[in-house]
Amino acid sequence: MHELSIAMGIVEAAMDEAKQRNVQVSAVHLRLGALSGVAKDALLFSCEVACQDTPLEGSRLLIEEIPVTVFCPQCKENRVLESVQSFSCPECASPAGEVLQGKELEVYALEVEE
Amino acid sequence: MSEPRLIEVRRNVLKQNDVIARALREQFHDAGVFVVSLVSSPGSGKTAFLEKTLTQLQPRYRVAALVGDLATENDAVRLARSKAPVKQITTGTLRHLEAAMVQNALQDWDLHQLDFLFIENVGNLVCPSSYDLGENLRLVLMSVTEGEDKPQKYPTIFNSADVAVITKNELSDAVEFDWDAARKSIESVRPGMRIFRLSAKTGEGMTEYLDFLSRQLAEQRAVVHI
Repeated sequence: MHELSIAMGIVEAAMDEAKQRNVQVSAVHLRLGALSGVAKDALLFSCEVACQDTPLEGSRLLIEEIPVTVFCPQCKENRVLESVQSFSCPECASPAGEVLQGKELEVYALEVEE
Repeated sequence: MSEPRLIEVRRNVLKQNDVIARALREQFHDAGVFVVSLVSSPGSGKTAFLEKTLTQLQPRYRVAALVGDLATENDAVRLARSKAPVKQITTGTLRHLEAAMVQNALQDWDLHQLDFLFIENVGNLVCPSSYDLGENLRLVLMSVTEGEDKPQKYPTIFNSADVAVITKNELSDAVEFDWDAARKSIESVRPGMRIFRLSAKTGEGMTEYLDFLSRQLAEQRAVVHI
């Protein structure tokens, strides 16, 4: 399970940003792409462990799951895939082109207390 | 109580790894070495396949390998039989390689003396997908004994890879491997992916794959950074 190392990276990033701004974090907003290779449940559990004995202990992790967006060369439009098992356009069924979104693993925002 | 305030920070969690991977990629290009990473499940025959690859490339090319393993050095010992330089990266409890481990392992190697460098990741189809190692080509390996739907079960790693190799073809009749189903499964998670079907044991199909690598090396060397 690599979620624990990812969780430690999240905690480190959030603590660093909080320290720079001298704020107390109550929640971390994370954007998690369907192609990030990270499992949401394992990450939630790992983050609890990774937060222990840090200034982030007791804070919440809010995960926004980002579906895969591809460019459909046939429709010439961006399309959101229904599942990562099927890389074909949901409208015209032709093979999906370039992946535009869905690999995110990003600490997007911090909720802080004044 | 005061309302919580939201501060946008937008920070990539794997930024550190990506920065090192980018530096490695530049280093590989400058040295003129083509770097292939291998990912697969445990027991798919990654080491046998790599041993065959190293042995067959050696008459024409200078080759070397880095091998990630949880605890043992067995794979490195096996690969050393090919007479190519091989270095072990023991990851301990980590089930994947990270760019920093590759950078560290390469410190005392002169990459200018190499044509091909292979990086064998730890046998795992989940964790390695998140980590860019600076490789030029990511190769995902599956064997006919694993079942045709492996790509559907692990779409992320197949989608992150550039080519797929299906090995142990000498066993395909015995296990009634359905080649069309496998191809469809790969196609559904990575449309247009190049697929090689071969046997590291008998050598069947190896030539086509090795010729492909030779062309990749030639193409990389033809690209000049501006």
